Amino acid sequence: MYSKDGVDYFVLDAHVALWDARVENRRNVHGKQFIDCFFDYHRNLSPESEHWSYEEYLYQGGDRLMKDLFEDGYVDHAIFQPARLAEFYRTGFGQTEEASALAAAHPDKLTYNHYFDPRDGERGLDGLREASERFGLKGVKLYTADWHGDSRGWRLDDPWSYRYLELCRELGIKNIHVHKGPTIRPLDRDAFDVADVDHAATDFTDLNFVVEHCGLPRLEDFCWIATQEPNVYAGLAVALPFIHTRPRYFAQIIGELFYWLDENRVFFSSDYALWTPRWLVERFVDFQIPEDMTEYAPLTTDQKKKVLGLNAAALYDIPVPEHLQVAHPPAAAEPQAVAVA
Amino acid sequence: MTATLERPTAHGRAEQVRAALGTVLDPELDEPITDLGFVRSVALDDEELRVHLRLPTSFCSPNFAYLMASDAKDALTALPWTGRVVVELDDHHDSDLVNRGLAADAGYRGTFGHEAETDLEELRETFRRKAHTAAAERCLTGWLRAHPDEPEGAAGGVVLGDLAPGRERDALLRRRAALGLPADDGALVLVDHTGRGFPADEVPLRLRRARSTRISVDGNAHFCRGLLRTRYPGSGEDQVDRPEGAEAADVPAGARLLMITPVGG
Repeated sequence: MYSKDGVDYFVLDAHVALWDARVENRRNVHGKQFIDCFFDYHRNLSPESEHWSYEEYLYQGGDRLMKDLFEDGYVDHAIFQPARLAEFYRTGFGQTEEASALAAAHPDKLTYNHYFDPRDGERGLDGLREASERFGLKGVKLYTADWHGDSRGWRLDDPWSYRYLELCRELGIKNIHVHKGPTIRPLDRDAFDVADVDHAATDFTDLNFVVEHCGLPRLEDFCWIATQEPNVYAGLAVALPFIHTRPRYFAQIIGELFYWLDENRVFFSSDYALWTPRWLVERFVDFQIPEDMTEYAPLTTDQKKKVLGLNAAALYDIPVPEHLQVAHPPAAAEPQAVAVA
Repeated sequence: MTATLERPTAHGRAEQVRAALGTVLDPELDEPITDLGFVRSVALDDEELRVHLRLPTSFCSPNFAYLMASDAKDALTALPWTGRVVVELDDHHDSDLVNRGLAADAGYRGTFGHEAETDLEELRETFRRKAHTAAAERCLTGWLRAHPDEPEGAAGGVVLGDLAPGRERDALLRRRAALGLPADDGALVLVDHTGRGFPADEVPLRLRRARSTRISVDGNAHFCRGLLRTRYPGSGEDQVDRPEGAEAADVPAGARLLMITPVGG
């Protein structure tokens, strides 16, 4: 919980990872390039006081994670969103065993989401069933740009993807997080392209599609589909740290998201360990739309409460103490649609 | 070896190389690679002109990377006095593939094989349209701010002749020319890529969409510029300021011109 000026905020970090990018876990040069890219994001967008050393950045472990999120970071609950990246790292990038064990030890604080890859075919469907049973999955994180053998990516609307989504529906895995953003190899199977989310969201209206990084670098394409699909949500991972170096850009992002989606469909995410949540929570609570940006309404305290935790808590059925709720909670909201010409 | 009577002086050649590279755009960011600091080095001798390009991360889109590198090679090869032209992309996850493809003039499909199913021209066209949309929005938002009593819908009737002269109008005219749209004073500003305007009741929504496109372009441009500076210390000196979307944290870019290194004898 975070408190400021007599107001208490429930904080749900909807996108964290326990990764291992140390040299011994790297399979090839791409493993180095990938973490170096993250490290540059970290150095470029963080306040100087929050910069980590490269060594610290490669691996944090469970104790450090618990401290950064829950002791120092004001987080009440966090959700693991692991990326497999098995072509780059020996045991993958996100550490399934370590993260799921940590979540099992702290069920009140951590939720473990797993991943699937439709290119695993029938075997992968069995794997998803097993993972669902073992981890009690409420959600999955999908990385459509992941390399896999000769393939450098897949689409959410591929026939095999649909078989996996059908299985998610059957297993009660209702939250589908899709990485759409800074990517590894889009090419023709353009991983920036959110059109595949559009198709899947239309065909699986009973599932929730959380677009991580809110479609950046193609914010406009994302907004356009999210306007038309009420089961599409925006994760603020990577967008949020702009609040420090580019506050006007961040104001525009949040302003556009509220306009096209509404205040109930935007999630706070630190993307730990890209960034730690502490400064992001503090800055977000202090943040306001610049006065000269008259095209956007000022953010209200209730809107900030929703983004910081209540919206994601509603989707994941995570209990929120009554006194931290708002008068118009997200669960009761009717999705707001913008008339599309 | 290839010197001809028309071969310009060393200074003239450097100017021409810079001008040629200045015609190469990052399609998504809608800026020349020279302004973005993507040109790492240029080396010129009697035998060869060798250019190295660098990008903000190892994982920048390979299709855009290929497009910029091959455009650079084409622009330099077109100079009448160049002999062998080598363009190489540094520190990218596909550097080897792209550099081999460029050396062999294999083309996009020849370079990426089965992954390159569609033509790059389609990609270029998509981003030409976005660049135009963003440029029109900048002009119309400026016009609306200068006419605070006009409703947003009035933007649909604004014509090129109504726009104040200056950088934003010039930029819009360049984007229009790239799409083959008219440039006369009576032409509507808010049009789609075919030059068609919108019914009055659709104008606010169209403008709103255009705004999100402009925010994307400006935001990506500054993010990429910042990442390049983080990745290559000192590269900020090779960047030219971008006023669109600039914020307090932006340090003024350097004004260093491309340095050409003479190599060999």
